[in-house]
Amino acid sequence: MAFWKRPGFQRRWDSVKRGWYKFSKNPVSVVGLFFVLLVSFLAAFAPYVAPYPEHAGRFVNFSEASQPPSLKHPFGTDVFGRDILSRVFFGFRYSLMMGVVVLLLVVPPGVVLGLLAGYYRGTWIDTVIMRITDVFLAVPPLILALAVCSVLTPSVFNAMMAVSLMWWPWYTRLVYGLASSIRNEFFVQAAEVAGASRSHILFREILPNCVSSIFTKMSLDMGWVILIGSSLSFVGLGAQPPTPDLGTMVADGAKYLPDQWWIAVFPALAIMITVLGFNLIGDGLRDLFALEEV
Amino acid sequence: MEKLLQIEGLKVEFKVYEGLLKVLNGVELALEEGERVGLVGEAGCGKTTTMKCVLRILPSPPGRITAGRILFRGQDLLRLPLQRMQRVRGRGIAMIFQDPTAALNPVFTIGDQLMAVIRHGSRDAMNKKEIRRRAIAVLREVQLPDPERILANYPIQLSGGMRQRVCIAMALSTEPELLIADEPTTSLDVTIQDQILRLLNALVERRGTSVIFITHSLGVVREMADRVYVMYAGSIVESAPKGELFSRPLHPYTQGLMRAVPKLTGGGIAEGIPGRIPDYLNPPPGCRFQPRCPHAWERCSQAPPPLKEVEDGRQVACFLYEEGA
Amino acid sequence: MQQGLLEVQELKKYFVTSQGTVRAVDEVSFVLQEGETLGLVGESGSGKSTTAYTVIGIYAPTAGKILFRGQDISAPVSKRPKALKRAIQIVFQDPGTSLNPRRSIGQILELPLKVHGIGTRRDRRERVVELLRLVELPEDYFYKSPHMLGGGERQMVAIARALATEPELVILDEPTSALDVSIQAKIINMLLRFQEEMGLSYLFITHDLSLMRNVASRVAIMYLGKICELAPTEEFFQQPLHPYTQMLLSSIPVVSDDEEAVKPKKVVSQGEIPSPVNPPPGCRFHTRCLEAGEGCRKALPEMVEVNEGHLVSCLKYQPGVASASPRAQEEVEG
Repeated sequence: MAFWKRPGFQRRWDSVKRGWYKFSKNPVSVVGLFFVLLVSFLAAFAPYVAPYPEHAGRFVNFSEASQPPSLKHPFGTDVFGRDILSRVFFGFRYSLMMGVVVLLLVVPPGVVLGLLAGYYRGTWIDTVIMRITDVFLAVPPLILALAVCSVLTPSVFNAMMAVSLMWWPWYTRLVYGLASSIRNEFFVQAAEVAGASRSHILFREILPNCVSSIFTKMSLDMGWVILIGSSLSFVGLGAQPPTPDLGTMVADGAKYLPDQWWIAVFPALAIMITVLGFNLIGDGLRDLFALEEV
Repeated sequence: MEKLLQIEGLKVEFKVYEGLLKVLNGVELALEEGERVGLVGEAGCGKTTTMKCVLRILPSPPGRITAGRILFRGQDLLRLPLQRMQRVRGRGIAMIFQDPTAALNPVFTIGDQLMAVIRHGSRDAMNKKEIRRRAIAVLREVQLPDPERILANYPIQLSGGMRQRVCIAMALSTEPELLIADEPTTSLDVTIQDQILRLLNALVERRGTSVIFITHSLGVVREMADRVYVMYAGSIVESAPKGELFSRPLHPYTQGLMRAVPKLTGGGIAEGIPGRIPDYLNPPPGCRFQPRCPHAWERCSQAPPPLKEVEDGRQVACFLYEEGA
Repeated sequence: MQQGLLEVQELKKYFVTSQGTVRAVDEVSFVLQEGETLGLVGESGSGKSTTAYTVIGIYAPTAGKILFRGQDISAPVSKRPKALKRAIQIVFQDPGTSLNPRRSIGQILELPLKVHGIGTRRDRRERVVELLRLVELPEDYFYKSPHMLGGGERQMVAIARALATEPELVILDEPTSALDVSIQAKIINMLLRFQEEMGLSYLFITHDLSLMRNVASRVAIMYLGKICELAPTEEFFQQPLHPYTQMLLSSIPVVSDDEEAVKPKKVVSQGEIPSPVNPPPGCRFHTRCLEAGEGCRKALPEMVEVNEGHLVSCLKYQPGVASASPRAQEEVEG
């Protein structure tokens, strides 16, 4: 039987359709989704959609330097004569990569620790995990990232590591709260009475009930991580020129404000759109995962 | 005699992903001044939705009233401007909810909440002292010990039964003409339920308040109502004076329900009613009870039976009792 | 007395909270015979559910013993041998929360089979379908999620899950209190049929005495962590002895005059159920008892066997103790 005809798959497909119906009832999230899809598309196909893909890296053409927006260069050009629109498209790549990589690094350990601490609430496991979490939560992520990047060589990679180091406790905290209440639900007790293993209870009974909150938070965090990444680049501790990073571009452009405003403003708007898109989606995601009573 | 409340042909739909849920399918209910009416039905039959329409607190969207009138003293509540509706709530119609814990705000004291209700709901202006005196009086009326202390308490400091007494005090403090009690004892223990029911009965009798008592329990409705409406899948299927309903139920649904109740006299439990309540998305054609009914015949799936008077004061929506049937 | 299937001996379960120690279950003893249904009845705070959860092993007892076929099982479920988990099962009160909303019915029913290593994957699938058929649910429910089912159907799934491992003792924790009466009737009848066909024993936890009248072979009434009366069902309803039992019976709303006649007349419900954190000294019920005297405030009544198998814990019936109140004395003399 083809997999899409299986009843199990059908059931899931039905719930996706129902979820989309509810998601689409929320115009704000649809706008968010549109932004995110647009940004992702431009990032993925930057070399093909950018009018001047070669302007992404070390490219100099002083004859066209610092031109205001025109038909040839809709977002204008920077001091080296590079097309800002093209660079913004490539900039999306770095921003999204920053967000995705950080979340991939952060979510699995954060979630597992949260599950463990929540399930063993009140024992020493809870105490150890949650107190360590508290310590990390007490340090502002941007400041730690600044510190790490200024001690090590400033690079995109180090920036991501620094942010990741600070970000996992949020997931631990979130999942801890959820898991410690779900653990008292009767279905968990039923699985325990049946004799199910710890890993079954943690990953098959409790975790699926946390997924919607985790995804919602991930969507909001994408925005935050991108902002922090851009801030690091802005102060020169993240991506280094000539990398077309949006934060770096804003920083470069800031020197030429207000006369050559387009150099800073368009990359800044690009950051805003990306972050806004992910933030707006968050609300709708919750609906997407909600279960409907019949 | 003019009816205090009259619901005519009330229809409500809910819009969901799959389509339209036809939740209320022409509810007919009337209540005379000073009458205690019971509205009994199983979960999901639409009893609470009906009362939400009366108070105009139906969440909309997704809910929508598509037809019908709700006359309160001859005035259609569904067409009343919101401002005048505000005045009807509280002073005209008050409500007691199923869960007294959810009905009270946990961060304010009982006194704050009760006195606010009295201040907004009373007919004549009162000063602080009078309001407080009035609050203490109603608390005493619902037989709460030490009312002065209770005024200063937070809801969490009271037991479930005491909280429900506070809710009753609040509902009655504005001297409403009609009290709607929505399963007020369902979350309480049996011995506490007994106390609350006796209290409610004594209070409404003394004040002559009219009551609509919503419950899923036939036993409770027998203690609380003079006349009973039985509701099934969005419409009234039977209405009768209490005594007659319990000694001789007419509608097959009422009969099935009555059999399914475990009796204190023993004798085992009857099989109940086969099947489950219909899908409101695609309700069965004709009578909504027809797929579960042991007496159903052709006619039942052709058109819904209207609610008709079959005997003095008894109405049934069933073709079994049509003349010549 | 012959050895029962389940023996609970002076079971205590205390919970330490910030407000003090909750004496949820305080020296509860009873024997459940093979093949019978013992109804454990009480209001909130009576400790009936705590007793059930301690028997199944969700809680470890504070003191006392639980014997299953003579074997001491007073350990939490994680420390119990697998065979024991197979033999004792539970059906929880609310089928809405006892089935994981994120798992399919098939996965839910397969879990106990998987845990106990019953059959191959294919065998288990067949067994799950068999279980669905047993509780009269259609086979294609295998792929459905709990939230697509009605409350009654969910409870059938929960019952099927409990029966999956062919248990000997099933604890029913208010299995129908969240359901409508018409569905309750169906589920109760199904449970009674399974009991007969599979030789099951039931420990039936409920607050509904009318239901117990029709289901239980014996009834035990609990109040604030203690059993106050235990008797065979017939006798229990004909001759309720404990004042609390009488109050409980007289509080039940009924649907016919015949039933009204069964209820003790003169006992009117009064007072609030005290908190189990600081239960009243002496007889736990004396704060609400219409017949309480000086003695009830001090002495803890013992369990006395008044008739064969009819146990009651009230000073009124305790030989050698000065009667609690004049009214009680009249009754004894009368």
